Amino acid sequence: MPRIELGSYVEDFITWLLRAIPGVLDAISAVVTAITDALTLALTGPPFWIWIPVLALAALLVRGVGLAVYTLLAFLLISSLDLWAETMETLAVVLVAAVIATAVGVPLGIWAARKRAASAVLRPILDFMQTTPVFVYLIPAVFFFGIGAVPGVVATTIFAIPPAVRLTELGIRGVDPEVVEAAHAFGAHPRQILREVQLPMALPSIMAGINQVIMLALSMVVVAGLAGAGGLGTVVVSAVTQLDIAAGFEGGLAVVLLAIFLDRITAGLAQRPLTGYWTKLRNRQSAPATARPATEPTPAAAPAAG
Amino acid sequence: MSAVSSTGSEAAMIRCQGLTKVFGSGPAATEALELSGRGVGRTEIQERTGVTLAVHDVSFDVRPGELFVVMGLSGSGKSTLVRLLNRLIEPSGGTIEIDGRALGGLDDAELRELRNRRMSMVFQHFALLPHRTVRQNAEYGLQIRGGAEADRREKGEWALEQVGLADRAEALPGELSGGMQQRVGLARALASDTDVLLMDEPYSALDPLIRRDMQALLLRLQRELNKTVVFITHDLNEAMLLGDRILLLKDGRLVQVGTGPEILAAPADDYVADFVADVDRTRVLTAADVIHQPRLTAHLDDNPADLLRRLGEAESTAAYVLDDEGRVLGVVHDDWLALAQATRTREITRESLTDDYLTTGADRPLIDILQQVGRHPVPLAVVDDERKLLGVVPRAAVLAALATPSRS
Repeated sequence: MPRIELGSYVEDFITWLLRAIPGVLDAISAVVTAITDALTLALTGPPFWIWIPVLALAALLVRGVGLAVYTLLAFLLISSLDLWAETMETLAVVLVAAVIATAVGVPLGIWAARKRAASAVLRPILDFMQTTPVFVYLIPAVFFFGIGAVPGVVATTIFAIPPAVRLTELGIRGVDPEVVEAAHAFGAHPRQILREVQLPMALPSIMAGINQVIMLALSMVVVAGLAGAGGLGTVVVSAVTQLDIAAGFEGGLAVVLLAIFLDRITAGLAQRPLTGYWTKLRNRQSAPATARPATEPTPAAAPAAG
Repeated sequence: MSAVSSTGSEAAMIRCQGLTKVFGSGPAATEALELSGRGVGRTEIQERTGVTLAVHDVSFDVRPGELFVVMGLSGSGKSTLVRLLNRLIEPSGGTIEIDGRALGGLDDAELRELRNRRMSMVFQHFALLPHRTVRQNAEYGLQIRGGAEADRREKGEWALEQVGLADRAEALPGELSGGMQQRVGLARALASDTDVLLMDEPYSALDPLIRRDMQALLLRLQRELNKTVVFITHDLNEAMLLGDRILLLKDGRLVQVGTGPEILAAPADDYVADFVADVDRTRVLTAADVIHQPRLTAHLDDNPADLLRRLGEAESTAAYVLDDEGRVLGVVHDDWLALAQATRTREITRESLTDDYLTTGADRPLIDILQQVGRHPVPLAVVDDERKLLGVVPRAAVLAALATPSRS
């Protein structure tokens, strides 16, 4: 068998790309750095005793008392492990990567849901993105963006995009075809159907996708510590290299605690209707005004920000 | 405008000519059409070409204000047919005109406009937006149309009142029963205030009692609003109850079009005859279908002796007495006439008339009058709103109408 130098072809391509589009890479780097730095600053600037109550309140509104108590205890434990700043750095990277992955993934999912050809093209690409060993992403990321937060964010984003695409496509395809047909029958424009019928009805599935995006981003961001992304990744990586069981356990535990928090919050947002205090507050406010004309239905727009 | 293309004497609201739909494309579809044109059955076409012939060469007119029922078993192509009417499914052949306007040449924007303003649709499984309130669902067609919020609200409110759901306007569809959800579906169609209403098996998913209510609601709305309705069903009793005319569809082909009683009286073929054998005739046939000329009626100035002789010839014991306008005054009996003859009374007196008779309207179904025929010496009187005698229903006529022609 002749040896096919596939790897070197890819390497040549990457090298060529680096020379061909340096401006674009610099621009991406600058934007991602600015956003990540700003968010990191916002999260690490105020001390933990300000942020912990805020996070607990968010948990209370979205999900309820149980998650609020968990949030309080989990983040107090993290700060007592002296991992508060690292956890917030990690959170910042996860959030930036998740937002970008969602912003890219959901439109791709919509496209795939509407065009069979798009779906057929995207599927193997998504398979490739999801199953390539995560470390492999880091090589071109570091090559393009050097060491630091940016390659971490970029690699994390790429790794986290697939569930957003897949679950958006699944959700839109799963919308009751009779309802879509009804919208056509009443003369709705395809754009109106997407906005007013398909997206709202696919929302639970899309939110489940965003939940998966965040969880994947979190699992990747530790690996991104290898590229010097900072945060808990650095703690874990240095513990691994030094065989430091204590530091490794603490870093790992912080990741798990953060993961549970993010998972429950986003899963809470995916539920219809919301179970948290936000809904109860809304209901209480609108209760005396039932005679009044309708308010907007369930806050379809609210979770999109998460 | 449409005068050139119109063939009937009356302008049709919906006119379909040679409507055909083949699911599939390319040479196989062409071959299927060709085979079908030669009268080859659908199953064989499917085997030979691999494409499905859903609707083949169906032509019909629906008059303005008519409740037109398309009836067929599952797989007969009736749901495809109704979707061809607003091009939710593109026809493979044939033409459709809505109020004189051909549907085929419309571009996307024109088609959306037509769907929005001229026709609305009610679906089998309601097809409501689950995340919107009943009110917002009712206003859906108007919201797509754009326009003033206040107007939209007013029309939505009116439509919900029509279907009796004004008090549930803020509920979500998921909080309502199936019957109520379909009322919302109906309100959504009514709010758009379109001339044409397409209803695709709207009551098939409802249980029988609710279905009865919804049928009555549709008949009432139809009387008041005078829409042109195309109603799809697989239930012949429903078709007979609702339809001004019924189109029977089998394997994508038109089998027969006509009023319920017409189809009952003269089924086009064995398939239809088998079908109508199961129909509850007492609900389809009305007094008008079994009406007879009275053999004998009398007036107050008739000679009693003369009348008694005629009564004897008619082998009857009593007769309706009418005034000059033909209104029923009462019934005179042979025993009084005999007495009058003996006393040489010249005229029938009002005092002699009895009221042992019953009347009914011409549009009453047989089930309502079954109890009333044959209870008196005179047959059941069919009268109009001014009590003028239109005819009578003898007991034998009802029995003859109910006797299903036996099939061997």
